[in-house]
Order: sequence, then C-alpha cells, then structure tokens
Amino acid sequence: MSPILEVDDLTLAFGGIRALNGVSLAVPRGGITAVIGPNGAGKTSLFNAVSGFYRPQSGRVRFDGADISDVAAHRRAELGLARTFQNVALFRGMTVLDNIKLGGHHRLGAGAVSAMWYVGRARREEIALRESIEREVIDFLEIDHIRNMSTAALAYGLQKRVELARALAMQPKVLMLDEPVAGMNREETEDMARFILDINEERGTTVLLIEHDMGLVMDISSHVVVLNFGEVIAAGTPAEVRRNPAVVEAYLGAQATQAAKAAA
Amino acid sequence: MTDMPFDWLTFAEFSLVGLASGGLLALIALGFVLVYKGTRVINFAMGEFMMIGAYLFWTFAVPMKLHWGIALALTVVGISVVAAVVERLVLRPLSGQPTISIVMATIGLAGLLHGLAEGIWGGKDLALPQILPRKPVLLGEVMLQGQVLWSFVIAIALIAAFTAYFRFSRNGIAMRAAASDPVTAYAMGIDVRRTARLTWMFAGVTGAVAGIIVASMTSLTPSLGNVALGVLAVIILGGLDSIAGAIIAGLIVGWLESVTVMLFGGLARDVVPYVVVLVILMVRPYGLFGTRDIERL
Repeated sequence: MSPILEVDDLTLAFGGIRALNGVSLAVPRGGITAVIGPNGAGKTSLFNAVSGFYRPQSGRVRFDGADISDVAAHRRAELGLARTFQNVALFRGMTVLDNIKLGGHHRLGAGAVSAMWYVGRARREEIALRESIEREVIDFLEIDHIRNMSTAALAYGLQKRVELARALAMQPKVLMLDEPVAGMNREETEDMARFILDINEERGTTVLLIEHDMGLVMDISSHVVVLNFGEVIAAGTPAEVRRNPAVVEAYLGAQATQAAKAAA
Repeated sequence: MTDMPFDWLTFAEFSLVGLASGGLLALIALGFVLVYKGTRVINFAMGEFMMIGAYLFWTFAVPMKLHWGIALALTVVGISVVAAVVERLVLRPLSGQPTISIVMATIGLAGLLHGLAEGIWGGKDLALPQILPRKPVLLGEVMLQGQVLWSFVIAIALIAAFTAYFRFSRNGIAMRAAASDPVTAYAMGIDVRRTARLTWMFAGVTGAVAGIIVASMTSLTPSLGNVALGVLAVIILGGLDSIAGAIIAGLIVGWLESVTVMLFGGLARDVVPYVVVLVILMVRPYGLFGTRDIERL
C-alpha cells in the first residue's frame, strides 16, 4: 500500500544551522510510526515542517496522494493532519468541551453570518458535531467527568489527554503526537499507550509520534525512523533499529559502541 | 456649600449623567480591548478609527444626502475595509516583532490617518446630522439629556452583542482561541490571519459608532480621535483584556468625572478621576478584571 505521508529530501535551515538536512521518510498507511533521536536532532522541526508552520528551503511533503508543500497550515489541518504539541497547548480560560469542539472547528462549513445567528445549517451542523464528539472522543477517551472543567484545573496527564481529544475531534487521517507521554508517570503512560493503540486499531488512524520513552516506542510502533543532526540515520522495524550500530552510536556515543564490541 | 445640606437630587442627576457618558467611554474601551484580546496590541490609532468613521458617515449623510440608516450601513462597510487594509499592510508584516515595535507602528498609523483625514476633508469643524433624539428624558425627578441616554443605550447594546458573539458563537470562540494561542489555533485548522483581520474590523466598527456618537454631540474635526487617549485610563483600570472590565471601568470613570465636576468644579474633572484610577492600580496593577500576568507597557 502506498504511504499516506511522504517527506522527500526536506531541508530546513535557520540561518547557518541546518535543522533538517535532506530528510526523506515514508509513513505507512494505518501504522504507528515513531520518530526518535537525541535532543536537537530535528524531530520537532520535522513535525513543524510537515504541519506547515515552517517553510523548508527545499523538499516536498506529500499527503494522501497530493503534494501539500505549498498548502497553509490551517488548510493542512482541514485535509486531515492533526497534531499535539510537546508542551501542553490547551486554550486557557476555556472549558475542556470548548477546547475539544475547537478541534472540530473546520468540520463546520456554515459561514460567519449564519453561525452568528445560530440558525439553519449552522445549528444542524453544530448539533451533529456535538453528537459525534460525545461518542467518538469524550466517551472514547473517558473524560466525561471533566468536560465542563477549566483546563487549568486538570492534572498534567489529563491535560495531555484533553489535547489528544482535541486532535481526535479533527477526525484526522494522520495523528501527529509530539512526545505524548513526556513527564507522565508509569500509570499515565500506560493509559496513553492504550489510547494510542485503540485509536490506531479501532479507527485505522495512522499515527506519527515523537517520543523519548524507548519502552513505549518499542512496544507500540510498527515503524521507527531515527534522526540525528537533522539527518535520517536509520529506519525500519523496532527490532531492526535497535540492532543498528549507527543508532547505538548516536544514542550512546562512539566509545560506548567500541566498548560494546570489545565486550562482545 | 458648607452650611447647605448635601443636595441628593443634584448628586443623583450628576451621577446619572456620569454613568450614561461612561457607557460611551466603555464603548471606546471595547475597541481597545477587542484588539488587545485578539492580537496583544494596544492600538493607539483607535481614536483615528473613530474619526475616520465619523467622517465617512458625514460624507454619506451630508454631501451625498443619504438616509442616516443607509449612511450608517455604508460607514460600517467602509470602516471595515479601512481596518482590514490596515491589518494587512501595517500589522501583518509586523507579526512576530516585539510588542513595542507594533505599538509604535500604531502610533505612526494614527498620525498618518490624521493627516489623511485633514487632506481629504480639511481641518474645519463639520456638523453631523442630529440622529440621536435631543428630547430630555425624565427618570423619576432627574432629567437626562436625550443624546446622553441614547448613546448609553447604543453603547451597551453593542457591547452586549460582542460579548455574546465571543462567548457563544463558533467564530467568536475560534477568535478567542486564536488570541490565546495562535500557533495551536493554526494547527486546529483556524485561519489565524482571518481572525486577526476580523478582530480589527470589529474594532473599526466599534470605533466608527463611538466616533459618530461623539461627533454628533460635539463637532467633527480631525482631532476627534484625541478622546480615545483619555480612555486609556479606562482600559488600564478595567484590565486590558477584559470586556467586562472595560464596561465597569468606563462607568466608574464616567461617574467619577461627573461627580467631580459637581463637587470640585470643572477644572478638577481631568485630574480627580485619574488620581482615583492611579490609587486603584497601586492595589491591583493588572486592573480590576485583567489577567494577572498581563504585559505592561
């Protein structure tokens, strides 16, 4: 099957620093792909280039058969690329439900004027959106009890879950998660892993995630891409990547590799 | 005055006049708050939006002799276009720059619009048609000028409409989202440029309505916008990002001004209310309703 998302020879520089240098990768449809690499390897830059926040100097991004390299970020979101952020990026001063409904914002087609009066099409759309959000997002992620709470009052793990809920409300084809379990305790991490697997298996949503928790990456992903200094140094199944000497070197340093060889 | 009993009827009259004119202050403050909430910019050209709006209205109503309703509708369209152009040509190229640079740009814009108005319409005093009924209204034993009362009603209606829009409408919520975190809103499929444009257009319309009211009560000159600078005390008192704060602070300052005139005479009018504002700000530096971590200039 053709990959749902393809990045082709992407180069992104900030002044003299090359955050991404000729990065190419393919995200298989329906799988869970993890992007790993040491800090500063360019993982989040890659996400930002794919979701349209950064304009790379060269290279193309293809999504679901179409070249989206010149498409604005909010249009990419409408096409079905949803993402979460490394730090919690919920809208403050809004309830959980308002935050989640904003994820469904682009699914409402009625114009500003009829939306202002909340009549006709705008009203019907809003009701339909609410129903689908209730079923597919709020019940699914088990956050019914906090729906009317202010996001600021929630524990960290729940905030991350609300952020996931908001991304799900976008009904994405590809769900991009930037460090979904960073800073979580064991139990919260297991919950999040279960949700990610459920989203992937029950809905067939393709997942692309950045994560430092190697246990999680090896457990749930079907495909792993390793970045180092803005370049792809390895790609393959978790088992293949784990055995790749370049990966071991990037993570542990050359000396450790030699020590490992000497020991073996 | 010392041996006279306190005249409660006069006090009530001055209080009412003050509260009513406070409604207008609140409307102007709303223009500032909309832009601040939406784009984190204090728009020093707010007064010039008022002035341009009033001139547009005058042009449609007097030389072109259109019915005032049509003239008002055309003014709303016209000022929306002006605001959208300003957003596109001045604000958008500066997005991402330090707040102080953007604020300086709005000060420059104010000068530019002022000069433009003087070039187009000249510096003479113009008179707007009387659209607000002048007939005094009796509230109990207190008499209130019709214009003052009606300007209050219009101001409150407009403020209520905007508040409802931001609270309940999808677009309004999207605008709030874009204001609180543009990057994330962008990732949610919200067209952040469009919400910024809409924010400026709303502020322009608010300003135009306020400008027409002010000009119809006094007269129309290119310096009409100077009124708005006095409103800065109101928005800072209310909290830069709070619509409720703008209303209450507008009423407080309006009332203080009026009561000061009664108690200490007209000269104190420009001093006493601001002293009170200063004292309140010493206790609550983020304003009565503002967000605590708000950035101060």
